Amino acid sequence: MTLTRRNFIIGSAATLCVAGLVEALGHFGQPKAVPGTIPGASSAVGHKLRAQSFPAPSREVECEVAIVGGGIAGLAAGYHLHRAGLRDFRILELEQQPGGNSMSGRNEVSAYPWGAHYVPLLTEEATEARRLFEEFGVITGYDEAGRPRYNEYYLCADPHERLYRYGRWQDGLIPALGVGAEEEAQYKRFFAFMESLKNRKGRDGKRLFAIPLDESSQDREWLALDNLTMTEWMSREGYSSPNLHWYVNYCCRDDFGTTSAETSAWAGVHYFASRNGVAANADAGNVITWPEGNGWLSGKLAEPIGDKITTGALVYAVTDQGDRVTVDYWEPKSQRSTRVNCRAVVVATPHFVASRIIRSKTWSFPAEGFSYAPWAVANITLSKLPAGKGAPLSWDNVAMNSKLLGYVVATHQLTEMKPLKTVLTCYWPLTHRTPAEARAEALRRSPEEWRRIFLDELLKLHPELDGQVERVDTWLWGHAMIRPARGFLWGEARKAAREQCPPIFTAHSDLSGISLFEEACTHGVRAAQNVLAHLGIA
Amino acid sequence: MARLLLVSVFVIATCGLVYELIAGTLASYLLGDSVTQFSTVIGCYLFAMGIGSWLTRYVTRNLLGFFISVEILVGLIGGASAAVLFVLFEHVYSFRLLLYFIVTLIGILVGFELPLLLQILKDRLEFKDLVSKVFSFDYIGALFASILFPMVLVPHLGLVRSGFLFGILNTLVALVVLYAIREEIPASRMHKLSAVVTLIALCMGFVWSEKITTLSETSTYQGNIIYARSSPYQRIVLTKQAQDLRLYLNGNLQFSSQDEYRYHEALVHPVMSAVASPRRVLIIGGGDGLALREVLKYPAVESVVLVDLDPAMTELFSGNEMLLALNQRSLLSPKLTIHNRDAFLWLKELQAKSDRPRFDAIIIDLPDPSNFSVGKLYSVTFFRLLHTVMENNSIAVVQSTSPLVARKSFWCVNKTLEAAGFCTAPYHAYVPSFGEWGYVIASRQPYRRPERYPEGLRYVSVETANEMFHFPADMARVETKIQHLDNQALIHYFDDEWSKYLIY
Repeated sequence: MTLTRRNFIIGSAATLCVAGLVEALGHFGQPKAVPGTIPGASSAVGHKLRAQSFPAPSREVECEVAIVGGGIAGLAAGYHLHRAGLRDFRILELEQQPGGNSMSGRNEVSAYPWGAHYVPLLTEEATEARRLFEEFGVITGYDEAGRPRYNEYYLCADPHERLYRYGRWQDGLIPALGVGAEEEAQYKRFFAFMESLKNRKGRDGKRLFAIPLDESSQDREWLALDNLTMTEWMSREGYSSPNLHWYVNYCCRDDFGTTSAETSAWAGVHYFASRNGVAANADAGNVITWPEGNGWLSGKLAEPIGDKITTGALVYAVTDQGDRVTVDYWEPKSQRSTRVNCRAVVVATPHFVASRIIRSKTWSFPAEGFSYAPWAVANITLSKLPAGKGAPLSWDNVAMNSKLLGYVVATHQLTEMKPLKTVLTCYWPLTHRTPAEARAEALRRSPEEWRRIFLDELLKLHPELDGQVERVDTWLWGHAMIRPARGFLWGEARKAAREQCPPIFTAHSDLSGISLFEEACTHGVRAAQNVLAHLGIA
Repeated sequence: MARLLLVSVFVIATCGLVYELIAGTLASYLLGDSVTQFSTVIGCYLFAMGIGSWLTRYVTRNLLGFFISVEILVGLIGGASAAVLFVLFEHVYSFRLLLYFIVTLIGILVGFELPLLLQILKDRLEFKDLVSKVFSFDYIGALFASILFPMVLVPHLGLVRSGFLFGILNTLVALVVLYAIREEIPASRMHKLSAVVTLIALCMGFVWSEKITTLSETSTYQGNIIYARSSPYQRIVLTKQAQDLRLYLNGNLQFSSQDEYRYHEALVHPVMSAVASPRRVLIIGGGDGLALREVLKYPAVESVVLVDLDPAMTELFSGNEMLLALNQRSLLSPKLTIHNRDAFLWLKELQAKSDRPRFDAIIIDLPDPSNFSVGKLYSVTFFRLLHTVMENNSIAVVQSTSPLVARKSFWCVNKTLEAAGFCTAPYHAYVPSFGEWGYVIASRQPYRRPERYPEGLRYVSVETANEMFHFPADMARVETKIQHLDNQALIHYFDDEWSKYLIY
C-alpha cells in the first residue's frame, strides 16, 4: 500500500480513535455489573405462616420462658429476664441474626445498618432506654442540673445533615435556598409552635407528646389530632409553604414510612414535639449513632444472652394450654419442627404475625387496623467518598424531591481523619403506591433491578462515583414498620392489642403505633416484668 | 522557492523542539521526577521521529501537498498539546498513556518533515549543498528553541501559550508555502481551508489560554511547580522560585524555606527546652521532618515517634536531596520511628494497651482546622487522649493558626485544651510568609518558661520569648466555645475568620 494523503489522514484518524478507545476502556474498564445480594428479609419463609402446613414437632424441649422474635422488644425482654437472674429462657428468631429493624451488616470497609440507625437524646419519660444507656456506657454520668452526659464517640459527629437542591448541597435539611419571606415566616411559626409544645402539659399534668407514646397526656383536645392527617392539620393551621410541606412529608416518611397525607396529625406533631431530650455535653436536637446504626444497641442487648438465641427458627404456633404454653417452631434448614413447653411466653413479633400464631381463648386480637410500610434499604460500598458542591459530606445526606430519603455515611462516626472507602446506607420507604402494591412490586423486582435503581439514584447526585461502586446490597422489608395512619394511635385496635393475657404476653413497638427504639425496649422490659410477676419471681 | 523552504526548516525545527520541551516540562511538573520524565519523553519523541522518517518512503506522489498536511496537523496537535495535557491531567484514567500518545503522534509527524523536504528539494539543489543546508538550519532552529524556551517562553508566556504560539507558526509555514508556491497542488483549496481553520482555533487558544490554565491548578501557585502528586489523602505540591522552596498541601501553604525556621523554632523549643530531660518525643503530623530537625538538636533525645497519616509526605521528605538538605536528614535519624497512621486511631489503640509508651514532649504540627476531617484532631476528645501518653511533667504544644487573623479560632484551641484538663500557655511568633502565628502549650503542671535554649537558634531566645508570650490587645483572649466532635465550633470560627481576611 502506498501512503497517500488520504490514506494518511484515514490512518491518523483511525489511530486517534483506537487511542481514544483505549483511554475510554481504561476509564470505564471497571466491570459494568456491580455485585450485590439481597440478604433479607426472609419473606419466603415467613409467608409459610399463611398456609400453616408444617410437620408435627419431632422433638420437645422445656424452658421457663420463651420469647418469640429477636428484635429490640424481644432482646430487651430477654436482657431484662437475665438482669433479674432468670437463666432458663430462649429467644426464637426467624432471621439469621437478631436485631429486627436494628439489624446490621459488616464488610471489610465498615459496619453498616440495615434499618434503624439512631436514637435521639432521651426524653425524661424514656426510663427503660435510659437505664440501658447507662449500663451500656452510652450515658456516662449526669451534671449538676441532672442532664445526662453522653459518650462523645456516640454523639453524632459534625457535620450532621445536608440537603441537595439546585445542583448544590446546603447545610441542614430545612430548605433554605430560594425561600421567600412568607415561607420563612411560616417556618418560624411552625417550629416555634412545635418548640412550645415540647414541654407543654395537658389537663392531666402529663406532657402532651411523650416518648414512650403511652406516657403522653390523655387530654382529649389534643388526642383529637389523631382524627386528622398531618397535611389536613397543616392546611387548617394555615401552613401553605411548599418547602415546609416537603420537609414535613420527608419527616413523616423518614420516621413512619408514611406520607404526611396519610399520617395521623397527632403522630406528625409528635415527631416534632416529643423530642425534648437534653444533654450536658451536646446540643438539644443531636442524636446518638454508631457506624452499624442501632445494630450496636441490639448487639449490646444480645451480648449477655447470646447463648439463649436460636436464629433461623420460624414460630408458627403459640398455644395457650391453660397454666402453660407451647411454642412450635419450624427450622427451614433442617425442615424439622420443635415444640417448646414453657410457663410463659413473650410474643415480641409484629402484631400481624402475633395474630397469626397465637392460639388462645383470651388473646384474640385480629390484625385489622394494623398496616405496615414496606421499605427498601441498600448498602452501597464505595472505593471513594462522595463529594459535591456546597456543604461538605455529612452524616445524613438528603436530596430534595427524591423518592429516596437520601443516604447515611457509615464511616461518619469513625474518628479517622480521612477514611478512603465507605459504605452508604440508602433508605427508601416505598410510599409511591399503597403498601400492598408496593410490597408486591418490591418482591417482583430482580436483584439487578434493585441494584440499578439505587445506583441510578446515587449517580444522579454523584456522577463522580461512576466506577467507584464496589457493591450494592439490598434489604427488602415487606413490613418494615407500623404506620400511624389517621385514627390508629388513639383508636380501638391498638388499645385492644395492648391487653395482656397471661401466660401469653406481648411486646412490640407496634403496640405503640410508632417504630422507635425507646418504644420497643419499653414494651420488652414491661413484658419481662409481667412475666417475672406471673412466675412469682421477685 | 528553495530559500522559502529552507526558512521553513528553521521554523519547523524550532517548533519541533519546543513541543518536545513542553511535553518534558509538563510531565515533570505534573508527575514529578524530572530526570525520568525528560528522558522518557525525549526517547519516545526521537523514536517516533524515526518512525515518521521511515514512513516517508511510502509517500511517492504529491510530496508538497503531503508536507502541507503534516504541517497543519503538527501545528494543531503540537500547538494544543500543552493545553490538552493540563486540562485532562486530573480527568483521565492514565495520564502517562495520554502523554506518550501525544508525544508519539507529534514525533511521527515531525519525523515526516525533514525527509519530505529533502525529497522536495532534491531536484532544486545539489545533494551536498542540500544536506548541509537543511541540517544546518535544523540544528540552528534547535539551538534557538532551547535558549528561547527557558529564557523567554516559560517565564513570559507559560507552557500553554507557548504551545499555541508555535502551533500558529507551524500552520503559518503551511499557509505561506501554499500561497508562495507556483506549482499546482491537488486539493489546494481544501488545504487552505483547513490551514485557516486550524490557525483560527490556535489563535483562540492563544488568546484564551488564561482561561484554559485556570481550568487546571498550576495557575494557583506562585513559582514553578517542581513536584506535584496526589496521594489518596491530599495533593502535595512543591514550588520553587529563586531560593524559595514552598510546600502546599491541598493548595494551602505549609512552609516557605525562607522563614520556616521561625515557625519551627517557635513550635519546638519553648516545649523542648522546658522539659528537664526530653528523652522520648512524639510528633503528630510534621511529615516534612522540619519540627523533627529542631527536636534532634537536643542530645537528651533518645527516641522520636512521628505519626503522619500520609506516607507520600514522609517518603518525599526522606528521599529527595534538596528536601533532605532542608530538614537536615532528620527523617533518616536512627532515633526515629515513623507510623503512617491516623493519629486519632493510633492514640485510641494505645489507650487500650497497658504497656503503652509515655512521652516527655509532644509536638502537634497539623494542617490548620479548615475542615471537619482535620477538625477531629483539634477536638476535646482527641486532646483528652493525649493524657494517656503523657507523664505528670510532660509538655505538649499545638500549632493553632493565627491569633491575629483568626482570633476566635486560636482561643478556641486554647479553651479546648483547658477543657481537656490541661494548663495552657498560649504564645505567638511572627513568620513573614504566614503572618502572626499562634501556638498553645498544654501541660498538667503550670508551664514555666525555659531559662536557656540550645545554641545556634536564629529566632527563639529568652528575650524573644518575652514577646512571644505577651498578647497585645488585638490578639488578646476572647470567649469561645469548645471544639467537640459533635459540634465543631472551631471549623466555623476558622472558616468565618479566614474568609473575611482573604476578602480584604
